[in-house]
Amino acid sequence: MAESKPHPETALLPPVDVVEDASGITLYADLPGVPKDSLQLRIEAETLTIEGEIDLDIPEGMEASHAEVSLPRYRRVFTLSKELDSTRVEAAFNHGVLTLRIPKAEHAQPRKVDVKIL
Amino acid sequence: MLYRTLFPRDLFAELDRLQREMQQASEWSPSIRGLTRGYPAMNVGGNAKSVEIYAFVPGIDAASLDVQIEKGVLTITGERKSAEIPEKAAVHIDERFAGRFRRVVTLPDDVDANAVEARYRDGVLHISVARKEAAQPRRITIQ
Repeated sequence: MAESKPHPETALLPPVDVVEDASGITLYADLPGVPKDSLQLRIEAETLTIEGEIDLDIPEGMEASHAEVSLPRYRRVFTLSKELDSTRVEAAFNHGVLTLRIPKAEHAQPRKVDVKIL
Repeated sequence: MLYRTLFPRDLFAELDRLQREMQQASEWSPSIRGLTRGYPAMNVGGNAKSVEIYAFVPGIDAASLDVQIEKGVLTITGERKSAEIPEKAAVHIDERFAGRFRRVVTLPDDVDANAVEARYRDGVLHISVARKEAAQPRRITIQ
């Protein structure tokens, strides 16, 4: 999974963890402040785009005096590799953490090769 | 702003920010606690009635968060556990914060430390501290 170039519209880059095991890849992304229905996941060809709009309860007339999260959206784009099966992606989103499971395609699953000693 | 942001923006926004930071550098005095580890990221704002603090702490059990106000200083502490990594798995990217955290905000003098509300939604801890009645602007009628 290599990252591709950013989109022109400015967005925050969410921190992620990516872990690969024998049967697939698990991606965790921190998207605090994004309600479930404002999260968008898109897979086109070999590109995975994670995008989310931040929605905070902001009282009327509030003026920000200090902002570390200073843009209202997150975006991050990854290029998937060929052996991943993008049709069987599973996603869960809980308390601002996205968990994506991308399994490897059947043919890419590891197979044990017996080595015969002649 | 001298806090290192946890969510780096893309290149153009980053350049823009750098430029602003350089302009500010000459007049900006950092907070005495300013350069400690910046997790969780925080936004602070307010209006005439309250001071609003937003701490971005995704994926945490709300019960494990500890919020305290003492002598006008708000402290948020907690722990974020790292995800379990199965045996034989390879970690390709490891950017998310894990471990204990603590952040401190000095509140303005006019807040009422007894009128605090804290909510945790979508990974954001939102603390609302009301300002004291006396400090709220009042219109004075002229007779």
